[in-house]
Amino acid sequence: MDSVNSLLEGFGTAMSPLNLLWAAVGVLLGTAIGVLPGIGPAMAVALLLPVTYGLDPTGAFIMFAGIYYGGMFGGSTTSILLNTPGESAAVVAAIEGNPMARSGRGSQALAAAAIGHFTGGVVGTIALVALAPAVAALAVDIGAPDYFVIMLLAFIAVTSVLGSSRVRGFASLLIGLTIGLVGLDQMTGQQRLTFGSLQLSDGIDVVIVAVGLFAIGEALWVAAHLRRSSQKAIPVGRPWLGRGELRRSWKPWLRGPAIGFPFGAIPAGGAEIPTFLSYVTEKRLSKHPDEFGKGAIEGVAGPESAASASAAGTVGTMLTLGLPTTATAAVMLAAFQQYGIQPGPLLFERETELVWGLIASLFIGMVLLLVLNLPLAPVWAKLLRIPRPYLYAGILFFAAVGAYAIGGEAIDLVVLLVIGLIGLVMRRYGLPVLPAVIGVILGPSAELQLRRALQLSDGSLTGLVNTPFSITVYALIALILCWPLVRKLPLPARWRQRAGTSAR
Amino acid sequence: MTERSEPPHEPATEPAEPAAEPSTAAPPVTGWRAFLHGRSELLLCGLLLAVGLLVLTDAVTMNTTFAQRGPVGPKTVPYVVGTALLVVAALLAVDVLRGGKGEAQGGEDVDLDDPGDWRTVALLVGVFLAHAALINPLGFPIAGALLFWGAAHILGSRSPGRDPLIAAVLSVLTFVIFNNLLGVPLPGGPLMGVL
Repeated sequence: MDSVNSLLEGFGTAMSPLNLLWAAVGVLLGTAIGVLPGIGPAMAVALLLPVTYGLDPTGAFIMFAGIYYGGMFGGSTTSILLNTPGESAAVVAAIEGNPMARSGRGSQALAAAAIGHFTGGVVGTIALVALAPAVAALAVDIGAPDYFVIMLLAFIAVTSVLGSSRVRGFASLLIGLTIGLVGLDQMTGQQRLTFGSLQLSDGIDVVIVAVGLFAIGEALWVAAHLRRSSQKAIPVGRPWLGRGELRRSWKPWLRGPAIGFPFGAIPAGGAEIPTFLSYVTEKRLSKHPDEFGKGAIEGVAGPESAASASAAGTVGTMLTLGLPTTATAAVMLAAFQQYGIQPGPLLFERETELVWGLIASLFIGMVLLLVLNLPLAPVWAKLLRIPRPYLYAGILFFAAVGAYAIGGEAIDLVVLLVIGLIGLVMRRYGLPVLPAVIGVILGPSAELQLRRALQLSDGSLTGLVNTPFSITVYALIALILCWPLVRKLPLPARWRQRAGTSAR
Repeated sequence: MTERSEPPHEPATEPAEPAAEPSTAAPPVTGWRAFLHGRSELLLCGLLLAVGLLVLTDAVTMNTTFAQRGPVGPKTVPYVVGTALLVVAALLAVDVLRGGKGEAQGGEDVDLDDPGDWRTVALLVGVFLAHAALINPLGFPIAGALLFWGAAHILGSRSPGRDPLIAAVLSVLTFVIFNNLLGVPLPGGPLMGVL
């Protein structure tokens, strides 16, 4: 009951005219960004981090959450109409959605996706309301060793569960940890990797790292390989669903969150795995398995619902444990750090208004998105025609604004460019970007917690494993590390194959 | 995915460490350029190796005159990270020599069959550096407009009227939003001094 009351108060916060405005700005920007090729929600939030210097935290996070959810909505539009997913979460939507659009049922595909996102988002956010305070209460007395092991879990999971190559994941993580080392040691003030430079002794601002890796790296990489032939989007009318389609879609809509929410909450790559799992499930349960691959509506409805629910799960883990499980959540965590707010179990006690205002704004955002997306889908599709030179020049432009706004120093722009070139090299050689970002954001806190834990135990390593919680998580880490020895995961491989064939 | 690999020298992407590279690509193959063909990823291994050595050197040469709180000092984590970098560099080199290849990242505007237009990247880097050099003397509205215009031009936009117009509007608008509405100061430069 407690959380219901808090939620109602949250609605009070979120319904203030200014916060409603931020929610609307967020979902509009998010949808546009989801539709636009080349910009994902993580890059968008990274580019908008400078607004944190001028906005109050509640408004900023309401906007960021709107971008995250909106990006999911918009991404599926690109998938369906262009057969190239706007976001990684929308890869599966292309498998069935694009054949539907090609056979003249694009409106139905868009409607199934939009309502799927709405259902998934609402069910997922209800699960968040029900579970998050309990998790936060459970976690409220966890100490330094537990924090450390949670972050260790994030490092291991993000490098081992995602991507095709562990060694490349670890390489990326280590690059991030190295960047995180630059500056003054938090406990002793010792200079590390500063080479006597005053500029570097402040450390490299996490905004610069996020913008450099996500925005500059991506823009330069695309510039090197810019597709000269433009693809044509399939023209489409206003989304709608007939009775028969509704009958086939409502169960997948409701099943999606059951798969999406838990996967979003654990560090397993956000929406990619659950959307594929949902697809497989719907194919197995469908009465029309023969239609799969040729435009089965269940294959759009289920995965899209799972995608939005996974976003709710991700937000839950970020708020309760301070653990980012996707790139977008990682950048949002960076925003929390900008405000000097430590996400984690204490957040629900200390920042009640912010947390519940944010959660309430998720519901408002879902409604806004549904209202915006059903009638406006053809308008959004027009965004696909934006000239690519403007798009990528714009990304470079806003990246420069963001980096300069941090301290008003031109040298920051050079640092930004160097980080961007690292991002370019990483993309060229298949190093995933997410581990590096997580390394930069969590690395310093992980070190701090490790040293605190060992301080308490007088240097004895047993101090790291003296709680049931930490022992459990270490066991989990061991399991993740040994998993490929037990069984080669067939799922991601199959998924990747499909994604490869569909995103040709 | 990336059958057509780059020639070993990518001007813009490898600013720092050509020197570290022969150590990893040392096998006495006649003409290491031929050997490197398709294995340019070894340059990445060299880079990781160099960074690892850098981190370790920095940790070794740290003079810990500060009062150390707790049994773990500021050197421990750099030691771990540096060593791990060396190990990962070696593992990655083994993987590459065995024929492993990092999958270049795809995307909706990315054409991976394209061999890679590194000249464009170099030009973009140049424009960006120019922006960094000009932002303080010229102010954001002018430097920002030049950045957008230049980048759009390099990326293939050739509209003599529309390009600079969009650049100017975008730049001034951004300046006003950040400087006046959000309260994030940007340098106005001589232009704003006049207005």
